[in-house]
Amino acid sequence: MTITATDSRTHRTSARRRPARTSMLKSTRFSSVTRPRRSALLTALTSIALIYSLLPLVWLVLNATKPQAELFTSFGLWFSDSFHLIENIAATLSYDDGIYTRWLLNTILYVVAGAGGATLLAVAGGYGLAKFNFPGRRAVFAVVIGAAAVPGTALAVPTFLMFSQLELTNTPWSVIIPSLISPFALYLMWVFAAEAVPTELMEAARMDGASEFRIFWQIAAPLLAPGTVTVALFTTVATWNNYFLPLIMLRDSSWYPLTLGLNAWNSQASTAGGEAVFDLVITGSLLMILPLIAVFLLLQRFWQAGLSAGSVKE
Amino acid sequence: MLALTRGRRRALAGAAALALVITSCADNGTSEVDEDIAAEGGELLLWGWTGVYEDIAEAYMEENPEVTVEVQNVGTNEDQYTALQNAVAAGSGIPDLAQIEYYAIPQFAIADSLADLSELGAEDLEGTYTPGPWDSVTMEGGIWGLPIDSGPMAFFYNAALLEEHGIEVPETWEDFAQAARDLNEADPDVYLAADTGDAGFATSMIWQSGGRPYQVDGTSVSIDFSEPETQRWAELWNELIEDEVLAPITAWSDEWYQGMANGTIASLTTGAWMGSNLQSGVEEGHGDWRVAPMPQWEGEEFTTAENGGSSIAIMEDSDNKELAYDFLQFASNGGGADLARDQGVFPATVERLEDEDYLNEEVEYFGDQQVYQVLAESADSVAEGRQYLPFHVHAISIFNDTAGQAYVSDTTLSEGLEEWGEQSAAYGNEQGFDVE
Repeated sequence: MTITATDSRTHRTSARRRPARTSMLKSTRFSSVTRPRRSALLTALTSIALIYSLLPLVWLVLNATKPQAELFTSFGLWFSDSFHLIENIAATLSYDDGIYTRWLLNTILYVVAGAGGATLLAVAGGYGLAKFNFPGRRAVFAVVIGAAAVPGTALAVPTFLMFSQLELTNTPWSVIIPSLISPFALYLMWVFAAEAVPTELMEAARMDGASEFRIFWQIAAPLLAPGTVTVALFTTVATWNNYFLPLIMLRDSSWYPLTLGLNAWNSQASTAGGEAVFDLVITGSLLMILPLIAVFLLLQRFWQAGLSAGSVKE
Repeated sequence: MLALTRGRRRALAGAAALALVITSCADNGTSEVDEDIAAEGGELLLWGWTGVYEDIAEAYMEENPEVTVEVQNVGTNEDQYTALQNAVAAGSGIPDLAQIEYYAIPQFAIADSLADLSELGAEDLEGTYTPGPWDSVTMEGGIWGLPIDSGPMAFFYNAALLEEHGIEVPETWEDFAQAARDLNEADPDVYLAADTGDAGFATSMIWQSGGRPYQVDGTSVSIDFSEPETQRWAELWNELIEDEVLAPITAWSDEWYQGMANGTIASLTTGAWMGSNLQSGVEEGHGDWRVAPMPQWEGEEFTTAENGGSSIAIMEDSDNKELAYDFLQFASNGGGADLARDQGVFPATVERLEDEDYLNEEVEYFGDQQVYQVLAESADSVAEGRQYLPFHVHAISIFNDTAGQAYVSDTTLSEGLEEWGEQSAAYGNEQGFDVE
């Protein structure tokens, strides 16, 4: 997840810069900074990327409208004869005593506590590391960079063994606590805080007698807001889609997040005498991504502001 | 009855549970001893992935309000076995009861992970169950679980599709092979059967044919796929693979359900439980599918095999074995078994299988055919003496890399099976068994 996020970030910045650079080098008749030259090749490539990323989503939306029987007999990328979306949603929410709602609430709990906590820790930690000089800061830097390079999946099994000894497996804590730590988010906030919070401002506040805590909350935090939103988005997406960690930690399906729950529904079809519920799996998947899309659209503004902050010297 | 949605099933389960309470009040003479232990109360944890377990647990708790039975779905088959082995190895988080398919019982029994139910009185139950499932839970002088369902094999087919292409229902395997070729010739998009290599199917076919590739006696094991009975199936099936008349679609995949719904796959030779999978997963086939007896080897006595099926076992580490056994009896041959049968689980007990009402039930999905008669006949004719390896879960996991090569390369099925046997033996020896 973090990798795609970085990709799109670098992609955005470079897309932003490139037209400017070309116009400076070539100063052609047709292009300017505000009206960059169009490239047919680039348009085609981006279109392919767009279709590639949107097609599964379109498929999901279309197929969530079909009853199970028609899933297999109708063309995948168009509607079938009957429009069953409302019925499918009702069935998804009521199947197995409404366990879907429970899984949704669990997911929200893991996101609020896990991703929310991770964001708080990253903001406070990043600010501290960026703005205070103390011995060992470079060592911390090395550890954080190193930790960001280790995929969470590789740490899952040792984490499981540790939690198993603490007797915390099969509890919500086993999902929330590991989600609190995000080296990448810490690194991002560190870099961001170094740029976004002028040391002069902090010194001025100190002169006026503000406590360090007050400086952090009332002066630094508002300046850090764009970065905070970016980090909150990353960690929210990571926690919302987390699969492997809860898979090894949880056994009791009443603590499952949606990822595990939907997988359990899906595997019902692959067992002797099991009840296939492909229609519910598809509708459930669609419902599951809606909140994420909403969060992205709502926070997009802040996020873009956060990404470009510091890229231009004023 | 079978095509109920989950919600309606629930309502039904509630009603059934109520009925059970009433009947149990009416004749409380039958299970006095059991009621004592259940009246003391306690908590039980059951691991299982089959949906009906929760309903069974609820019905049991209605009847025994002092007892709490929690059902956890830890994962489907191999996922759960891995979790179970991990829990046993860690010595913590072990459930009292666990769903274990028949093929996996020896693995857990030999590792001393399961309680021997003969110490709890399960010996008296011989004759309660049909021979196939009972054979599968008894080994090495112990009883390691009680059957929940069974999977005597039959030929499930799309009658409308076969009729359309003028194909007769095959009675022998020679007919089957011919029908597979004729059907695919009539329409290259239609296949009589789909197979990309399935260990459960292959071993069941070998079993029916008379092969007994596994001989297990304590820790000494022999594996031999060279018997003529094994070879005749391998050769017949290999020809179908080479002629490309088997659909290259893996069982249990989405594509597999799709193939049955859109008429790419015309038949399945599989366990009796397939009825409920068809009804929930292949609604489109409503009214088109029928069930016929499993094809036979020409001129031989009518013989079938089992494919799949589950038992519930009590874990050796449970500190509530007697209460667990009380619940297990309810689930396996008491009110829970009635409930399960009503939800489409194919029964493993003689009593429920021979029930006239059940046998005469006309199932709407199968065009009002009395399918249970066909399936019950199959259950009666299961070949005896099947054994599984005490490391069968692992053996299954390497099937596709060995025998499965026959489906994707020039390797013949016979060679593939031999390789499967050799690799299984090598693994067994590593695990401390004496395998030849």
